[in-house]
Formats: sequence, structure tokens, C-alpha cells
Amino acid sequence: MSDVSFTPRAASVTTETALTRRIVIGVVMILIAVLLFAPLIAVFAEALRSGWAASLEGLASPDAQAAIRLTLIVAAIAVPLNAAFGIAAAWAITKFDFRGKALLITLIDLPFSVSPVVAGLALVMLFGTNSWLGAWLIAHDLKVVFAFPGIVLATMFVTFPFVARELIPVMMEQGRAEEEAALTLGASGWRTFFTVTLPNIRWALLYGVLLCNARAMGEFGAVAVISGKIRGETTTMPIMIEMLYNEYLSVAAFSLAAVLALLALLTLLLKSLLEWRYAGLLAATRRH
Amino acid sequence: MLLTIQIGSHVLAQGTFIRRLDDGQIEIDAGNRRMVGRPIASGWHPKAMTKVRDGAFRKTFSRISLRRGVVAALTSLGLTFGVVMPASAQEDTEILNVSYDPTREFYRQYNELFSAWWESEGHAPVTLRQSHGGSGGQARAVIDGLEATVVTLALSADISAIAERTGKIPEDWQSRLPHNSSPYTSTIVFLVRDGNPLGIEDWDDLARDDVAVITPNPKTSGGARWNFMAAWAWAMEEYDGDEAQARAYLGTLFRNVPVLDTGARGATNTFVQRGIGDVLLAWENEAFLALAEQGDGAFDIVVPSVSMLAEPPVTLVDGNITSERQRAVAEAYLEHLYRPEAQALALQNYYRAWDTSAASQEDIARFPEVTRLSIDDFGGWAEVQPTFFGDGGVFDQIYEEQ
Amino acid sequence: MRAGILRSPSPLPGFGLSFGIMMAALSVVVLLPIMALVGRGVMIGPAELWEMVGTRRIRAALALSFRAALVASLFNLVFGLVLAWVLVRYRFWGRRLIDAAIDLPFALPTAVAGIALTALYAPNGALGQMLTPLGIKVAYTEFGIWLALIFIGLPFVVRTVQPVIEEIDREVEEASATLGASRAYTLRRVILPMLAPALLTGFALALARSVGEYGSVIFIAGNLPFKTEIAPLLIVIRLEEYNYDAATAIGLAMLLISFAMLLVINIIQIWSRRRIGDV
Repeated sequence: MSDVSFTPRAASVTTETALTRRIVIGVVMILIAVLLFAPLIAVFAEALRSGWAASLEGLASPDAQAAIRLTLIVAAIAVPLNAAFGIAAAWAITKFDFRGKALLITLIDLPFSVSPVVAGLALVMLFGTNSWLGAWLIAHDLKVVFAFPGIVLATMFVTFPFVARELIPVMMEQGRAEEEAALTLGASGWRTFFTVTLPNIRWALLYGVLLCNARAMGEFGAVAVISGKIRGETTTMPIMIEMLYNEYLSVAAFSLAAVLALLALLTLLLKSLLEWRYAGLLAATRRH
Repeated sequence: MLLTIQIGSHVLAQGTFIRRLDDGQIEIDAGNRRMVGRPIASGWHPKAMTKVRDGAFRKTFSRISLRRGVVAALTSLGLTFGVVMPASAQEDTEILNVSYDPTREFYRQYNELFSAWWESEGHAPVTLRQSHGGSGGQARAVIDGLEATVVTLALSADISAIAERTGKIPEDWQSRLPHNSSPYTSTIVFLVRDGNPLGIEDWDDLARDDVAVITPNPKTSGGARWNFMAAWAWAMEEYDGDEAQARAYLGTLFRNVPVLDTGARGATNTFVQRGIGDVLLAWENEAFLALAEQGDGAFDIVVPSVSMLAEPPVTLVDGNITSERQRAVAEAYLEHLYRPEAQALALQNYYRAWDTSAASQEDIARFPEVTRLSIDDFGGWAEVQPTFFGDGGVFDQIYEEQ
Repeated sequence: MRAGILRSPSPLPGFGLSFGIMMAALSVVVLLPIMALVGRGVMIGPAELWEMVGTRRIRAALALSFRAALVASLFNLVFGLVLAWVLVRYRFWGRRLIDAAIDLPFALPTAVAGIALTALYAPNGALGQMLTPLGIKVAYTEFGIWLALIFIGLPFVVRTVQPVIEEIDREVEEASATLGASRAYTLRRVILPMLAPALLTGFALALARSVGEYGSVIFIAGNLPFKTEIAPLLIVIRLEEYNYDAATAIGLAMLLISFAMLLVINIIQIWSRRRIGDV
């Protein structure tokens, strides 16, 4: 069934009355404005308080540049790894029936239930000089805490559940009939995955990756404990922002925060672009 | 008749027609299985098309063993460690100065000053790295393995904690450099709103009902412990050493505190930007910084009759020294802090330094006279820290009693 | 291997690979650090742990943290559902902008969010100025904590429900309407059950995240002991005292409670799935 077959009646029964729609949209707009946009505007206003020039000057410092670079590299490593894990986990959990599934999902959720401060503490306890593992690593010249690997690990820890948790409900909803059909028809496992599963989950996957990426770039608590805060080396953007703020450099701090927000928007722009590019395909898959 | 049907969103199947269902779907026989789906027009060949192959229930994928899965996963995780920076690749001398938050500007200037002087003495250039954060958090990082060459923190208790827990610093570290190893000092002052509308002059005014006091939380901010002890110092003088009365006074004072920020900067922000409170307890250098940022018109500094000699000490982390050369540079780095040029720099950054010989008159004249008591008058940080700020200490009791 | 773990055979391939990757990553990234924490807790001993978290002040902080997290997540549950529905189903001016901005609470470092919210809702802030004459105090009260937690948890429900709504077959709604169901009835009895797993997931995640949140809350909370002092702040305080054991104790207490909550939610979810006969 395609768009063409939608009679006016069919369209109206699958949505709410115009009045309800308007009221709901109105309420949502107001709440979003107060809860989401107001703080954002506050950040941008603070960043531009002394004009564009001052704001850009804050961003041009070598420390700020190094922080932006580090944040992007960390996200570029942590997000794909977590995405790969998320797909694997969602496949194992939704396509197979095994004991202890609830426990497993809860273990995947665990990083969310751990306060970032505690997450950082746990990593320090594991890899710090005062643990046998940390001592062994340091003896072999492998620095984890207060160095790059520690930051990546902390970031992966806090963003660990995102992709898996986005995919699991969607793949549960879809069941496994389609994959089974494809296999019965002779498709290989990988082919089934790429031609059947992936198209079905791509939006959830995209949302998961976006969330994961946003959080990876914005994470402060856990990374702060493990970074060592060495200027230009182990300071990610959120840590740099905190340092600048504590040094009474508000404009520079908020400018960097605004850049972080813009970076998140950039990934969202990408999403919109994809949506637009595949609009036709989307319409075809969405209403049949 | 060979028919193509669509199952779900992406799967197409072909087979012989069996029957048409009530909802318009069609059941087909696809060789080894019966399937139900929507019929699609012939001639449409989307990419998801899969051809029927009898008995082609291929399990290639499933043969990949668990072991291989683990290997694949570990390899991918290994990538993170693959980017480990070579820790000992650089042979030139490096100094990592682990410091607390508001010293950034001072050490940025000092590092330039020191580098220039060091090279002018005919030495090879050194790399000076800086780390800034809350004093306690920085000390913990050093304890857990941050390879600080020198530490320059807000209070000696934090450095003593490193000495005690790691043994990387000798117990008598504070006597290694002049003035308790504190090349610059400060004191606790009041920042009040312009014109001092409530007439806040001294510590007793802070216990008034109409005064709201802003101070960071002494439990989380090293700087705020100096604030607390300054109030305590005044109360002990006022009540002739009667601890019960001093405690009661501090209880009243903290009842006037509407917000306990976790750090000095947060408290300044609450007072300056948010407009909360009538008086901010702050380090003198930070009060001057706030004035510099806000313009002199918005606030006044009030100096109380009694305050503390706030000593942010510096020391070498002996256990992290890797070479004699590095030790020489690090020692010179700390000793040079006491040289007139460096002291002038500290004065310029609103710290009270000892040697005023190279400083500009303006930087010296800024500081008013104040009676500053030493923390040693109260037994030193080793005693003050657990008694006042430990779990269940005086500060906790104030809130337990409320 | 496969037969040993699986409860019933599945014709689908890739169990070994996907299960292997999952367990390996889970172990290295999550379980190992958590084990370090738990291991330390075991070394301290249960009696001492209990003593360290049993004080009136810590109980007050834990109660506050979980209460505020629950309030904020319930709000996000309802609001997130409506928002996701509106974003997928309605077409209106500004939709794309809102859709694009949903993830921003994650990208903004929590401290920045806290500072920005405090700036807005402090008595002299843009929104605080409007609320103060009405006698509503937001900043430096528990209400402020709710607000910060709503902000940081907002994306969870929206982004877990959104893809599911996008996948809903409109035929189902048509069928329901054709059979005589009112729109409200269709939404309640047909759509809502389809969204339930995703909703529950989003709620659980928002809840878990809110409980442990530190960075944004400390700026807007006021941090007064017994009143607006959250549990993560007490962890930081213990760390400042170099009391790693007590910090671990509070961390473990929070972890256990959150873990139990998440486990219950996940069991309900899987159990209801199995009852329906799916999965």
C-alpha cells in the first residue's frame, strides 16, 4: 500500500483532531523553550557577552585548540567501538533466547547508574598506581590513568549503553520473523544483517550514535577524575571549560561550551541530511 | 504460479501461490516453508531481493565460534591502547607543575619568566607543563599516579596527604624552602556590595540576622577551610578562647549561608553574578580578581580585624624525579619563585609576596594592613583538618545541631 | 557453547560472534572497573560499609537523590513521550530545530548546564525574576535539582521512543479506527502498548542517570546539608577527606539501589514480552 491509497478518511483516523494537535504542539513548544532553549541561549549569550572577537580569541588559544582536537579524537575512537558493541549486544539479546537476559541488560545499563564521579574513581582504583594492575602497566610503560587511554576508557564507560539501549527496544518490537524468512530463502548471515536488519534499525542506530557522540564529547565527571588536567595534553573540552571558568575567564569558557553545542548540532545536521537524502526510501518503508 | 510477496519492511520471498487471506495477504510455498506477506507487483526488483534456494538454510555465520568473537572484540578494544602515548619517548627535561585553580595566570607568566632565566643561564631549554584543578582533587591525582614534578597547592594539608600516602615527599617537606615553603601568601577578606549598604565591618556582623553570607563548602573547597578558620580565629580572640561560644558563633554564621558552593569560583559567581548574599568570604587575591572582572564600582573589599595568613605551599615530589637533571631544574624552578622578579609577578597577581624590591608601587600599595594569624596557632593543618573538617568534625557538628 | 547458553534454539546465526563481542566489551569497559569498586567494598567488609552509609546525613542525601531523580524521570517519561510523538507525527514550524536540539543536554558539559540553569532561575535571572514575585523559588531549592535533572535526562525517553514511533505501521491505527475505536482508545490500547518497552527503557535510563548526576546539580542545589545535599556530593566530600573507603561505601550503596531498580524494570519488560510470546 502506498501513499496514493490514503483516502482523506484514512489520514484523519491516524492522527488527532486539529485542535488537539495545536494544543499539544503549543504546550511542547513552551516547555521546550523553557527547559531546553533558554539554557542554550544563556550559554551563547554568555559566550558573546564581550563580542565575537573576544569569543574567537578565547577559542584561538593553543590550549583550547588542543582540547577541541582531543575531544574529537576521543569521540572518534569511543563512539565507533561502542556502536559495534551495541549492534552485537542488541543482536545477541533480541535474536536469541537465553537465560539471564534481564541481568545482562541491567549490566549493560550499569554505567548509567554509576555516578560519573564513582566511575572515574573505579577506573583509578583499577588502573591507578595503588592497584596491582596499574602498577604492572606502569612498570611496562603503559600509562592509562592521567593519559589518553584513561580518557578513552572513561568516555567509553559512560557512553557504553547508548547504542545497545536504542537498538534493543526497536529490535524487540520487530521480532525475528524477517531475518528468519531471509535465511530460509537462502541469504547468508551477513547478507541478512546488512539487507534486512540494518535497514530496519538504521534510525535507532543513528539516534544511538548521536546520543553516544553527544555524551562522549560532553562528559566531564568521570574524565575529570582520570585526566590529570595537564594543559594542552589531557584536557578535553569540558575540562578546559571548567578550568577557564575557575580562572574567571567566563567568555572563553562559554565560547568553548558553545562550540561543543555546535559540534553536537553538526552531527544532527548530518542526520537531517541523511533523512532528506533518503526521504523517498523512508516514506516507502514507513507506510506499507 | 510463482509469486513475490513482501514480508515486513525489507524481505521479499518468491514461491508458489497457496491461498489469499482475508486481509489481502497471500500465503506462498517457498520450497521448505510457508510464508505470509503482501503481494507486490511483478517487475519490481528492489535490492533486498533474495532468491529462493532449496534447503539453503546456511549457517556459515553461526560457525564463527565464540572464541573468534572474543578475539575480534579484544582486538577492537586493543585499539584504544594502541594509541598509548610513548611515555618515555621524550628525552628532554620536563617539569609538570600540578597546581590549584586560580594560579593559572600567575604560573603562565612565571613559566615564561623562568624559562627565559634558565636559558639565559646557559642551560638547555625545559618543557614546563601545567595542571590546574581543585586543590584536593589535584592531590588525589598525584596520590593515584599523576607524575607531578612539583606541586603548588592551596594548603599544606593536601601536600602532607601526598607525603603520607605515597612517601614520594619527605615528612619534613615544609621546612625545605623559606616561609613554610610558601613563596606567596594571601588572607581572607570580605567582598561586599558597593558602598557596603549593610555596614559590614567585622566578623561579628556576619552573625547578624539581616546578613546573608556566601562561602564555598569547607568540605569540598580547600580555600573555604581558610575562611572557616579565619572566622574561628576571630571568635577565639573575641570570646577569650571559649570553644563553646566560638562554635555557637560559627553556627549562627553558617545559618546565614543560603548556598554552599563546592568551589571558590562557584561561590564568587553566586555572589557576583546571581546577586545572592550580602558578603562573600574570599581569598584576597580572588576578591581582587572579581573586582578586576566586574569593575571597581560594583563591590568593595572589607578587611576584618583578624584574619588568617593563607599559605599556599610548594614542594618537589622527590619520588617522581627521574633524573638528576630534572631534579636540578625542578629545584631551581621552586627556588626561583623567591627571586624579586618572581615575587613581583606574584604581587601583580594579587598575592602577598615577601620580597617587594622589584615590584611596582601600585602592586604593593594595594594590600591593607591586617592581623594575620598562622594556622600553626591552631596546631597546624595536621591537627585542624581532622578536628574541624573531618567526618563528624566541628563543621559537620554545626549542621547536625541545626 | 551455543546450545549451552540458549534456552531454545534459534535459526539465526551469529550468536557466538555477537555474544562474544558483547561479553568481551562488557567485561573490559564496565565489569572490570565495577569489580574494582566492589572488590574494595568486600575488603572493607559489610558491617563497616553499613556503618559508613547508615548516618542520618547520608540517608537524607540518598533519599533526596532518589526522590528528585524519580520526579524528574516521571516528568521526562510523560513529556518525552508527547515530544517524541509530536516530532514524528506532526508537521509544524520549528519541528526540525527542536528535533535537532534534543540531544544538546548531553553535549553540554553538565557544569555548563548547571551554570546556565542557575543563571536563568536565580532570583535575578531572566526566568527567576518572573517567578520570584509569584513566591516560587527555583534556584537553591529542591525544585532547582528537579529542573537540572529534567534537563540532563530529557533526551533519553524522546530518543528511545522516537524510532519505535517511526516504525509503527499506520495500518494498525487504520484497522483500529475501522473497527470503531475512538482515537483516544486507539492511542491508549494500541499505540501505548507498542511503545511501552521503549518508554520503560527511556524511563529507566533517565532515572539511573539522574540519581548519579553531580556536575549540573551542585550549581543549582545550594548544597545545604540535610536540605539540598545530594548523595554524589557526599562522595566528593569523602574523597576530599581522602576517605576512599567511605566514598566507595556511598558509591556502592547508590550502585546497588540503582542496579536493583533497573533489574526490576528490565525483568518486567522481558517477562511481559515473553508472555505475549514474542522474542
